[in-house]
Amino acid sequence: MLELASHIVNKRRSIGVLVVGCSAGGVGVLAKMLKAMPVNLAFGVLVVVHRNAKYETHLEENLATNCRIAIKVAEDKERIRPATAYFAPAGYHLLVEPDRSLSLDASEPVHFCIPSIDVTMQSTADVYGPSTVAVLLSGANQDGAAGMLSVYRAGGWCIAQHPRDAEVETMPAAAIALGAVHQTLPISELITFSQQLNNHI
Amino acid sequence: MTISFGNVEELIALIDHVHGFDMSGYARASLKRRISRILAIYDLDFTALKDNLVNSPDFFNQFLIEMTVTVTEMFRDPAYYKAVREEIIPYLATFPHIKAWSAGCATGEEAYSIAILLHKAGLYDRTFIYGTDINTAVIERAKQGIIELKKMKIYSDNYLHTGSGDSLSEYYTAKYDAAVIHHELRKNILFATHNLVSDGVFNEFQLITCRNVLIYFNQALQRQVIDAFHASLALFGFLCLGAKETISPERVKNKFRIISKTHNIYQKIA
Repeated sequence: MLELASHIVNKRRSIGVLVVGCSAGGVGVLAKMLKAMPVNLAFGVLVVVHRNAKYETHLEENLATNCRIAIKVAEDKERIRPATAYFAPAGYHLLVEPDRSLSLDASEPVHFCIPSIDVTMQSTADVYGPSTVAVLLSGANQDGAAGMLSVYRAGGWCIAQHPRDAEVETMPAAAIALGAVHQTLPISELITFSQQLNNHI
Repeated sequence: MTISFGNVEELIALIDHVHGFDMSGYARASLKRRISRILAIYDLDFTALKDNLVNSPDFFNQFLIEMTVTVTEMFRDPAYYKAVREEIIPYLATFPHIKAWSAGCATGEEAYSIAILLHKAGLYDRTFIYGTDINTAVIERAKQGIIELKKMKIYSDNYLHTGSGDSLSEYYTAKYDAAVIHHELRKNILFATHNLVSDGVFNEFQLITCRNVLIYFNQALQRQVIDAFHASLALFGFLCLGAKETISPERVKNKFRIISKTHNIYQKIA
């Protein structure tokens, strides 16, 4: 009952930012979600995908041509704008400053990951508090679980891809085990959720 | 251990009052992470941390090591070093003397990387390299020129990818689990403590490298430091920033020429 009540409260509250973490087996779902988001999305999206800095990818360019919202690599000290998805660059953690600009950090990896989902989610929760919505998708390690817990404790809303539906269940399952998840959604509902993001306000 | 942004401000004020160390221009999100990390490492709460900073002088040096990011690698971003070798070194070769500054050098890996490139190009004997950092402890490590052999394996791989055609092992001697950088490479390098925030300009350089340092500063301090670098460069000297550190177009105008947009390499033109 308590969860249902907070869910309803959450629906009535405005979303300040959406933060999405994704690793092994999650990029396809992430692409579908970004593609489904409306052109006039009222807030910004922060995305952390685990990847190796040694290999150049064209993930952002490929997504940009298929999405209605803007897709870009996050730049140091740039402001978070609505209807824009900011990807953490390979080799850097992505942080949120109190003035809601982004900053990059090349310090120690967390769970062997840089960028780390934990780091971005914690930093986002620090600044956006209860208006944070976090989504954790398929992945093969523990990164993201502690980050989801920070969002949860800050009063934000935490969604995990349903482990049964995830290509690799370890990452969403770890967040669920930590009690840091309000909702688990299969891929089809993650897409519906993405389409209807503006209705949550 | 969670702290608030208010706690961060409190600590910045305290460090300034007690140690005369101005961190007000540092980006807050990263500082907050560093402080939380220190609390976890030393198993302290926020009050105990403040108490230590005021009452135990030795603690401040340890604190500073963890407060500033000292993660570094030799030949980090091989493509960048390839660009240095191909775009900058031939130009540097035309100067009678080469003075280079690795600013925020941490344990010195970047300064040694530059030394190797210049040595390979036959320019090292007319080169002098300054490596500076605010952190005295890392400067002491940089001076030793001793690197864990395990790390050296990663650096060797980086070096290979710069396309230099030789092996990094030509520049160090392996002893047990450590690699000692050859004296030949160390003789023209001076490591010293220097604070980019308060110490400003100290020489005229043909090359300044400062990679992954500006990201920890707010925009006002970034501008101040870039101005200080501009003032520290000889005409037609080069400034190399990190892969994600750019100079805004209005500040580039009439001051710098962009040599590489990908690698953020600039040349002072006025």
